[in-house]
Amino acid sequence: MSTDVTAKSPAPAPPGKSGAAGGDGLLQLMLDGMRRNMRQYGMLFALGLIVVLFAVWTDGDLLLPRNVSNLVLQNSYILILAMGMMLVIIAGHIDLSVGSLTAFIGSMAAVFMVKNDLPWPVAVILCLVVGAIAGAIQGFFIAYGGIPSFIVTLAGMLIFRGLTEIFLEGQTLGPFPTGLQKVANGFMPEVGPNTNYHNLTLLLGLALIAFVVFQEFRDRRRQQEFALDVPPFKLFLLKLVALAAAVLVVTMLLASYKGAPIVLLILGVLLVGFGYVMRNAIIGRHIYAIGGNLPAAKLSGVKDKKVTFLVFLNMGMLAALAGLVFAARFNAASPKAGLNFELEAIAASFIGGASMSGGVGTVLGAIIGGLVLGVLNNGMNLVGIGTDWQQVIKGLVLLAAVGFDVWNKRKVGS
Amino acid sequence: MAGPVLEMRSIVKTFPGVKALSDVTLTVQQGEVHAICGENGAGKSTLMKVLSGVYPHGTYEGEILFEGEVCEFKDIRASEQRGIVIIHQELALVPYLSIAENIFLGNEHATRGIISWSETLKHGTELLRRVGLTDHPDTRVADIGVGKQQLVEIAKALSKKVKLLILDEPTAALNDEDSGKLLDLILELKKQGITSIIISHKLNEIRKVADSVTILRDGQTIETLDVKAPETTEDRIISGMVGRDLEHRFPERSPHEPEEGVAPALEIRDWTVFHPIDQQRKVVDDVSLQVRRGEIVGIAGLMGAGRTELAMSVFGRTYGRYAGGTVLKDGKEIRTKSVPEAVKHGIAYVTEDRKHYGLNLIDTINRNISLSALGKVAKRGVIDENQERQVAEGFRTSMNIKAPTVFEPVGKLSGGNQQKVVLSKWIFAGPDVLILDEPTRGIDVGAKFEIYTVIDQLAAQGKAVVFISSELPELLGMCDRIYTMAAGRLTGEFSRAEASQESLMRQMTKDKEVTR
Repeated sequence: MSTDVTAKSPAPAPPGKSGAAGGDGLLQLMLDGMRRNMRQYGMLFALGLIVVLFAVWTDGDLLLPRNVSNLVLQNSYILILAMGMMLVIIAGHIDLSVGSLTAFIGSMAAVFMVKNDLPWPVAVILCLVVGAIAGAIQGFFIAYGGIPSFIVTLAGMLIFRGLTEIFLEGQTLGPFPTGLQKVANGFMPEVGPNTNYHNLTLLLGLALIAFVVFQEFRDRRRQQEFALDVPPFKLFLLKLVALAAAVLVVTMLLASYKGAPIVLLILGVLLVGFGYVMRNAIIGRHIYAIGGNLPAAKLSGVKDKKVTFLVFLNMGMLAALAGLVFAARFNAASPKAGLNFELEAIAASFIGGASMSGGVGTVLGAIIGGLVLGVLNNGMNLVGIGTDWQQVIKGLVLLAAVGFDVWNKRKVGS
Repeated sequence: MAGPVLEMRSIVKTFPGVKALSDVTLTVQQGEVHAICGENGAGKSTLMKVLSGVYPHGTYEGEILFEGEVCEFKDIRASEQRGIVIIHQELALVPYLSIAENIFLGNEHATRGIISWSETLKHGTELLRRVGLTDHPDTRVADIGVGKQQLVEIAKALSKKVKLLILDEPTAALNDEDSGKLLDLILELKKQGITSIIISHKLNEIRKVADSVTILRDGQTIETLDVKAPETTEDRIISGMVGRDLEHRFPERSPHEPEEGVAPALEIRDWTVFHPIDQQRKVVDDVSLQVRRGEIVGIAGLMGAGRTELAMSVFGRTYGRYAGGTVLKDGKEIRTKSVPEAVKHGIAYVTEDRKHYGLNLIDTINRNISLSALGKVAKRGVIDENQERQVAEGFRTSMNIKAPTVFEPVGKLSGGNQQKVVLSKWIFAGPDVLILDEPTRGIDVGAKFEIYTVIDQLAAQGKAVVFISSELPELLGMCDRIYTMAAGRLTGEFSRAEASQESLMRQMTKDKEVTR
């Protein structure tokens, strides 16, 4: 994953200092790399642009530590859904049921914890299992029943919404145990002396940087062991510095408020985990293969039905997680929870580089797409744009993002 | 006969890198049935696409005269307005519309955009009667068989006031009875004054319906013969289709001597497969064959002979409905019910349609090569990307895949290089038996030689190779033994010494007699 984050600060190499030829070569290499991953870098660039735009527009309010924390918490459930949705779309499918499933799991959580007083860790596990089962049932009909995912999940969307209302008897249930609320809304505990910063967050940030640097060096060494070409050392170093700087900035912002939200940690673990699976695990490769060319994948011995089934099972589990986070954050299970979440998650995936025909996209892309939408939401709220215009603008952004991609592909293709 | 209705003069059509037609001349007399035959890839379909405006004027050189006038068709509508209608091999009907709706699609009986159903029905019924179809015009096309669908296509052509009807291998997908009916209809239409061009390589069909036959080979007109003349024998047509020199196009091969007492690497016994939709049609009919280690065995056959269907049904039952037969590997019976099973038993199938069935075009070279054997570059389900890349780099060098890096999407490569990627993928899977289906289709001569060399090396390493091809010279140049197939059955087996283009073509065109 880490390689893809490079362009976060697309600072061009200072041309004068390192000798003209070397600088040009480096710049050339960077541009080449960006051109190859046009969509992803394009979206990172757009995200950066939107952040800067709203930071200026809100006189810096957007980047206040408190608001950054808020942004993460506000968007966490969409981001969780977007990661699962990205896998579904890469596999060449769609899932319309996740919004309803989110609400359904919220209602289950309320039934377990509010009505029956189950200890919250037990209830959480139960909810995740229920989500996985719900996803598995849909996955079964899609993979083994051969019913198009659009239809199955459209049915699921209606069914889970209805079940939610049945379970909640049309009411809003709450409150949830404080333990769960702390996980969904809380921050990491504080340790050590008072430094005006959140110590644990700082430590964690530094540990992350150290880990990334270590990984990158190890990768590079391994590539050299295999006698493969590696990018020039200067470019490698530039990438490392950019990465470290990006992590550091976010860490400092969070540490100067209450520290990193626990949900951010969960998101981080999911991002790294799914990113790793999609890139390095056989199952991930098989997901790309069935979305890219199903007949060819079948003839290559990919167990396409099993893979499809697992993708939907996973989506169900992530929807359950999103449902828990959402319910705990608002401290209530409501029949109207999760409305249009599926559309937000789908939009995030497409903004982040997924293709309607499948086979393309990254989990990081889904996060970037989700953040584009999230920052837009948050920024427009801060400057006082009404929800009516917010929708219009988000729609235009989606159209522009995918339109740009189509245009770019046509230009490259011809 | 009232002189030529159609003259195509010096037609030249080039695709990027390939000259599909070089100087083709075709003269069709008014009111005759004119057959065009030639090997796959000889340029038959391309020529008809030029004639019907699929390739518009300006994309080819040469002149087309229809009814004495120079024609410059800019699209297929323009040629249809002149009365030239082509019926493609893949039928172009909308399955969920009715027969009548299909007949008048794009040409509806309507006033100001509102369809008159009574007129549609009346006219449709008339047309169906003309082609001898008794089904109701409101029947859905999906509910009638392929043979009847072919007749609906002809009815559609008649509705366009057709003067020249072009049929591209009309009987390739039909059973004997339907074929017979269709050929009768062509003769009936001839009596009504409609000129037909029929592309076919079934010689008995040509003898039955055609007045004259034009033979194409390598994008050139070889000759036009009068079918009714006594000197036009099947041998005469065959030699026209195949004659060309074979020198220096293949790597030197020392013929393989089979070892006594060793079971064949792959043996297929009594293999029978039905068409996936048409339950009555046997696509592969009781085929038995064997391949030994180190041997290259060819399967020759024309389009529709059942070669690909045989290969795919053996390879994990990926085609049709299995109806009997066993597969033996090294003398032991094996299950090949799914692709993973077939791969596990060391069988690899390199598809003839690399774009649809062989490659993920949007993915990179290295990921395509590793796909069928990811376990080899992974530990506990985790892929070692460096090892994967190293493997791909190895193939890039050894197979001479022309690409800047292995991270290039395969969709950007040329046909020859794509084929090398598909081959690499299956060589990497480490099979004992490789079934290669048209491995050199659509690639240039240089790349062909490279692929022949790879195949030769694979055999030399002791792998058993099944080589399916429509190009007889390459089978003769590469194979130790050649089977011929026609209409789903094995019709012959030739050693390298016995095989010649003429002897193979004779067995390949040995269809059952067309029943009258």
